[in-house]
Amino acid sequence: MNFTLFVTTIVTGLAFVGVVIVLANLIAPRSFNAQKDEAFECGIPTRGQTWMQFRVGYYLFAILFLMFDVETMFLFPWAVVMRSLGPVGLVSALFFIFILILGLAYAWRKGALRWQ
Amino acid sequence: MFDLQNWTTALHEWMLGILPEWAAILIESVLVALIIITLYAVFAIVLIYLERKICAFFQCRLGPNRVGKWGLLQVFSDVFKMLQKEIIRMRKSDRFLHDLAPYLVVTASMLTFACLPWNKGGHIIDFNIGIFFMLAVSSIGVVGILLAGLGSNSKYPMIGAMRAGAQLISYEISIGLTMLTMVALTGTMQISEIVQQQYDNGWNIIRGHIPALIAFIVYLIAGNAECNRGPFDLPEGESELTAGYHTEYSGMHFGYYYLAEYLNLFIAAGIASTIFLGGWAPLHIAGLDGFNGVMDLIPGFVWFVGKTFFVVLLLMWERWTFPRLRIDHILSLEWKYLMPISLFNLLLMALVVVLGLGININ
Repeated sequence: MNFTLFVTTIVTGLAFVGVVIVLANLIAPRSFNAQKDEAFECGIPTRGQTWMQFRVGYYLFAILFLMFDVETMFLFPWAVVMRSLGPVGLVSALFFIFILILGLAYAWRKGALRWQ
Repeated sequence: MFDLQNWTTALHEWMLGILPEWAAILIESVLVALIIITLYAVFAIVLIYLERKICAFFQCRLGPNRVGKWGLLQVFSDVFKMLQKEIIRMRKSDRFLHDLAPYLVVTASMLTFACLPWNKGGHIIDFNIGIFFMLAVSSIGVVGILLAGLGSNSKYPMIGAMRAGAQLISYEISIGLTMLTMVALTGTMQISEIVQQQYDNGWNIIRGHIPALIAFIVYLIAGNAECNRGPFDLPEGESELTAGYHTEYSGMHFGYYYLAEYLNLFIAAGIASTIFLGGWAPLHIAGLDGFNGVMDLIPGFVWFVGKTFFVVLLLMWERWTFPRLRIDHILSLEWKYLMPISLFNLLLMALVVVLGLGININ
């Protein structure tokens, strides 16, 4: 039943957007103008490409995110069974988190967290 | 306690009696879809009105007060206005990605919305990995926002989307770690189970005392950042980037971003009320049986919606109190403060659970 409802929700979301956009396209007025379909830039014509190399800082944070997100993923099963694992599980998780904090400290020291 | 499961089971049995199984499931799915859309639209409208009024009171203004009594019909008139506006597609944009983005944003927020426990037995999706599923589907929204910036092929949306992407993925770690902290306390990821435990043993924020309180505060900060709100609203910072990632969207296309933004606020508050404040579990004080009996008379969805709106008010308070931060300040707040704090908080919670230091009221 859960999976049926999961699919139902996805279909509902897609239909909710699709139907209203079709409806809006039907009832909205339409006009044609050479300037209207230009990219917005405060009234002046846009210069150059938008799809170009972007500042590297964003990608550094994305890579760091990947590391810590996977870490969270690994910690979820541990958190569920932690009570029954007892002190042994706690020490192993401590070791795991310690290595990750080491990674964060390395990135911090290397200046990956500094915006320059 | 009022249990919605009894009603839904009775409905299902009755339908199976008069219809073949596939038809019964189809009709139930359609009913669920209608319920989701209704709730989604109603809460979006309530929240938009609430936000405008509260923001106005914070700034010593009146807020919307012309359309209807106290401006109550303002949101409806806005929706109808948006519906009548032309959906403009630009010549140079990537049509497919540009059109796909609102679908992703709305579907992601709707999937998360469907996970909320409204009442005892009143949840739509209830996987045994509930919290994890919630975290996973809510991050699809980031893809939608990045596609909106990329597909528009325009400078402002691109910058806005890049900032939004960096900010959302960063604060997602804090959100994940605070949820992890509460999963460590409850020992289960199933949302209905988490709430049932809080009904039996007291709200998590009392049960987990210090680490739960720290997690709650971190969640309030990170939750506002996840919704692109408050001091963290520079992905769409009006004065610099026009409207951020949805600059090139018009009419209902834009309306969907607006809708999803407010629903994400409701969802963030709903998750907070589920994992910290007990979801539909009423307030119980150990030893006061009469008081507990009276509290049990109030149905679960009233408790859930009440707690959620309490958290919504906290988030709005936060939004309208602090000035906007700079992008490097936002990222260093997350990476240098919130994330180490929540990591140590997780260890603290693990200690509390393993040593049995939690407060158990029953």
